[in-house]
Amino acid sequence: MFKTKTKILQLTVTLTACTFLLVPMILSVMAGVTANYFQGISSGLTLKWVFRVWELYADSIFLSMWLAITCLIATLIIGLPAAYGLARHPGWLSRLLEEFISLPLAVPGLALALALLQLYGSMKGFRASWTFILVGHVLYTLPFMVRSILAVLASMDLKTLEEGAASLGASPWQRFRDIVVPNAMPGILAGALTVVTLSIGEFNLTWMLHTPYLKTLPVGLADSYASMRLEVASAYTLVFFVLIVPLLMAMQWASARAQRISQ
Amino acid sequence: MVSGESEAGWAIYLDILRKPRYLNTLVLTVLVSLATTVAALAISTTAGMFLSRNRFKGRGILLSIMTLPLAFPGVVIGFLIILLGGRQGLVNQITPGHVVFAYSVVGLFLGYLYFSIPRVLLTVMAAAEKLDPELEEAARTLGASPYRVVVNVILPGLMPSLVAAGAIAFATAMGAFGTAFTLATNIDVIPMVIYTEFTLSANIAMAAALSIVLGIVTWALLLIARSLSGTTVAAGG
Repeated sequence: MFKTKTKILQLTVTLTACTFLLVPMILSVMAGVTANYFQGISSGLTLKWVFRVWELYADSIFLSMWLAITCLIATLIIGLPAAYGLARHPGWLSRLLEEFISLPLAVPGLALALALLQLYGSMKGFRASWTFILVGHVLYTLPFMVRSILAVLASMDLKTLEEGAASLGASPWQRFRDIVVPNAMPGILAGALTVVTLSIGEFNLTWMLHTPYLKTLPVGLADSYASMRLEVASAYTLVFFVLIVPLLMAMQWASARAQRISQ
Repeated sequence: MVSGESEAGWAIYLDILRKPRYLNTLVLTVLVSLATTVAALAISTTAGMFLSRNRFKGRGILLSIMTLPLAFPGVVIGFLIILLGGRQGLVNQITPGHVVFAYSVVGLFLGYLYFSIPRVLLTVMAAAEKLDPELEEAARTLGASPYRVVVNVILPGLMPSLVAAGAIAFATAMGAFGTAFTLATNIDVIPMVIYTEFTLSANIAMAAALSIVLGIVTWALLLIARSLSGTTVAAGG
């Protein structure tokens, strides 16, 4: 099938890259279900490490899910009206605002976290609560929600649709509910899945913002990498994979769909 | 703004260039990031062109494998590199002698590469889909060698996307904290120095100054990337 030299070379590079990416994932999954990784697979397969992870870190898994859901709600409440406003009033001011919302995309999470700590670190009650981490997550994921919705809204003739509805007597709220939201749905879905995937996997910000009593899944992972035996760390990573991989696939499917619609 | 309020005032930014510790860190971070960018571009452009120009059995699986790491935080990638090159790692087990590279610059480079390959691949593939294959065929019928086709037809067509993807890879590597956190226990790269200045030395002014420099650099790079390709990829890691 691949006859020319160039194609064989390309295929070799592709396969090498795939091996490089896949082998450590397989190692991690294997190590998580092997009784003793040092002795190898001959020591037997077991789920005891997964149960051990559940005993040790179930809290972190639930906290991450809770954060992802609240973060999704917050980004929807802020992001949907924001995207609608930006789409209805195109111009340099909207461009500037969009750029401003997108800043957290470009600035490393570590720098964002430092800024948040400087600003709110002295407010003890807030600093120690889970809402502090939530603020960081919302800041980081909001641009994805806004851009995802904006891309879909910008591709259609929102103004004409709304004028049509208004001439038939629809109130602004009815227009928003019955016209804007249904039309933006592919963008909302893609944005929502992106927000949840990113929130569950977020480490850079969260590591700086977390307290010993509030560990999210990735923070717990870092903790287990530093202090647990390899099997436990691997089993924990396995749990993370099981959560994140379906989310990633759903996100890619929804994003491709939203992109097709907005073209 | 905190960076300007310490005793050193705004001169703290000069300290980054004057003090060897910070300057060496800066140079090392830039070098590792550059190496990552070049390697990721070479690998992902080759693979991306191949995957977008050929339809074959298993293509979907290869593509899934190569985009899967998009959802992995830097810490997880660091751990995966430890499984490859750590003390109990695969390489150390299957090769004679003691081969541990996870905690060296090589490990860090591989971690950043792991992070960058999927991101560059997606940017390149999006651009390759828009590239007209007839141009390549025309060049071939005119007698151009495969090498000439790549250099004179494909690369110029992909160039804006390659610059964009390169800027994304570079900016991500510069700011990658999670990977460095697990691997760079003995290596000073900027995110690690910011972290230790802040938590261990309580040198908040320096941490803030370094973050601002880092933030401006990555922001400017991603602005270039976006104006050239219109893609949005998070600078996490």
